[in-house]
Amino acid sequence: MAAHNLKHALFCAIVTLIISYPILGFNLASEGTTVTLEGAKTSTVVGVLLAAVIVFLFQLFRDTLMGSLRQLPAVNPLTNRKPMEQSKRLKLDSVLLTLMIIGALIWPFIASRGAVDLSTLVLIYIMLALGLNVVVGLAGLLDLGYVAFYAVGAYTFALLSQYYGVSFWFALPIGALLAALFGLVLGFPVLRLRGDYLAIVTLGFGEIIRILLNNMTNLTGGPNGIGGIPDPTLFGMEFGRRVKEEGNTSFHETFGIAYSGEHKVIFLYLIALVLAVITAIAIRRLMRMPVGRAWEALREDEIAAKSLGLNRTAVKLSAFTIGAFFAGFAGTVFASKQGFISPESFVFLESAIILAIVVLGGMGSQMGVILAAIAVTILPELAREFSEYRMLIFGAAMVLMMVWRPQGLLPMRRIHIELKKQE
Amino acid sequence: MLEVQNLSMRFGGLLAVDQVSLDVREHEIVAIIGPNGAGKTTVFNCMSGFYKPTGGKILFKGGEIQGKPDYKISRLGLVRTFQHVRLFSRMTVVENLLVAQHRHLNTNLLSGILNTPNYREKEQKSLDRAAYWLDRVGLTDMANREAGNLAYGQQRRLEIARCMVTEPELLMLDEPAAGLNPAETKDLNQLIISLKEDYNVSVVLIEHDMSLVMDISDRINVINQGRPLASGTPDEIRRNDDVIKAYLGEA
Ligand SMILES: Nc1ncnc2c1ncn2[C@@H]1O[C@H](COP(=O)(O)OP(=O)(O)OP(=O)(O)O)[C@@H](O)[C@H]1O
Ligand SMILES: [Mg+2]
Repeated sequence: MAAHNLKHALFCAIVTLIISYPILGFNLASEGTTVTLEGAKTSTVVGVLLAAVIVFLFQLFRDTLMGSLRQLPAVNPLTNRKPMEQSKRLKLDSVLLTLMIIGALIWPFIASRGAVDLSTLVLIYIMLALGLNVVVGLAGLLDLGYVAFYAVGAYTFALLSQYYGVSFWFALPIGALLAALFGLVLGFPVLRLRGDYLAIVTLGFGEIIRILLNNMTNLTGGPNGIGGIPDPTLFGMEFGRRVKEEGNTSFHETFGIAYSGEHKVIFLYLIALVLAVITAIAIRRLMRMPVGRAWEALREDEIAAKSLGLNRTAVKLSAFTIGAFFAGFAGTVFASKQGFISPESFVFLESAIILAIVVLGGMGSQMGVILAAIAVTILPELAREFSEYRMLIFGAAMVLMMVWRPQGLLPMRRIHIELKKQE
Repeated sequence: MLEVQNLSMRFGGLLAVDQVSLDVREHEIVAIIGPNGAGKTTVFNCMSGFYKPTGGKILFKGGEIQGKPDYKISRLGLVRTFQHVRLFSRMTVVENLLVAQHRHLNTNLLSGILNTPNYREKEQKSLDRAAYWLDRVGLTDMANREAGNLAYGQQRRLEIARCMVTEPELLMLDEPAAGLNPAETKDLNQLIISLKEDYNVSVVLIEHDMSLVMDISDRINVINQGRPLASGTPDEIRRNDDVIKAYLGEA
């Protein structure tokens, strides 16, 4: 066993050296027109060697290390406590929720402008993740092209405003419905697919939408994107310094206060908050309804579900459609927040991040997904100092998380249903 | 009530079911027996719409159902259990029973979101029916456990309860006694008889446990290597030479 470990550890260390030394250990230096290769600074070389030693040691003592890591949940007092009584837990849940919402309402008035802007982004991700949670977490359909529906929502608003001057409030339902329609249409061809095959085809769809947006230059402006997307208005009041559209008034003049760019940011945040809360409530309701249970039944056992009279086609399509609907919501808000969108915002990485949020949060669990959305959006911002290592830190956090808690931050809890006693 | 005429099912070169016929009348328990691999489950799969038979007819309440989609057949009142228990394991026991009552989802999407009185009344009815059947199969205390955590015998009973909440007219049980201990088998025996007597359900039953089959069946069909071998009352089957030969030859 020990000999085997040693061999394995040695092997890993050598692989580390082979991979990292050529990349980090040499520099290209240009002298005039010729490019020469020269060795890197000693500190870098030492760093690479040190990394190899660390890999060697980790692999050598891996079993003990991982063993103690696995003990962690047991040390955590929350894991082994007795399940709380039903009524008490419900009360605690609602108190916590109320506090969270109150906190979220106060937040924009105490935080800095940048923080509020970032929070709006968090809320958009919450909407996206809650929507994807329906498809992946509840219905068990691995969708890697979810960003396509987000793009549909965003581009619907951008195009409608550019060509027809449609306002945010009109575009919001249209964007969501159009995204839902796309979900429905794209759902048909993948009905028979499951697991890996489904993942690959949805991935393809995501890319098709992005490439279409990129190449339909006449309509979408291609890679240049669409700019000048208007901000939302509050009962016809605009938040800009000057009124852009005839017939509108401006917010700061109506209330006789000084103009501040912050008003708009706060207003957008509040809209996103309201929409995120609506999304959460609607999906929570759906989960307790026949459709929600049908989604889960299909995830658990498709054959049994069919044998009980569930129409697989209808159940799957409803999951795709409803998931896409909320992505459309999020897309419209995103377009309005940025004021400018281009296909760059809807790359595969975006789908991957939303999926990561769902998995990290705990499939099917709304609270978990919300927490994970906050963590995943804010962590990279906090790690800004390490700018180029941000993705690395992000990835490492994800790996650790999956080793330590594969079921996610807050795994889904089953709904307790009280039955009447039989006489 | 159910009539299977010359049913055949071919998988590539293998004729798994060859010209099998059987009929089930109202208020009757009919057993299908036969050695392993005889094609019994395949007959069930054809009847419940999982396979499209390559030959023959299946009539349920006078209408042809062969080749109809599975979910439509079960909505007609023909539901089944599986040889290997198929529960929604990560859902609770009650949820399993509720899902079974959700055949017409689309009609109540909006009324559900708005939680209208009509919707609530329907939901309450489903809950009551679930509670009734949980009590009936002795799983009331398990109502909010995850179905996958139940003991094997309990899972079997839950699967039957899940069929019964759909208020079927014909119930197809694929080896319901497999893996049960003698006491559990006796309970099952009683439950099946009561399904017929008290709830007026006809039962088609695949089973290897001969004492159970002989006890409760009104009629028995024997299949061997996909072909019908014999059919008749338990007494007739017991005395049938072909059947004895097939079973002894097997053993
Ligand atoms: N989907 C399928 N594809 C190919 N062959 C199949 C398929 N389903 C069943 N078979 C074959 O059909 C034959 C009959 O199988 P079936 O499961 O109906 O037997 P059974 O009578 O239920 O046996 P057991 O008592 O072991 O459950 C077997 O040889 C099996 O391998
Ligand atoms: Mg079988």
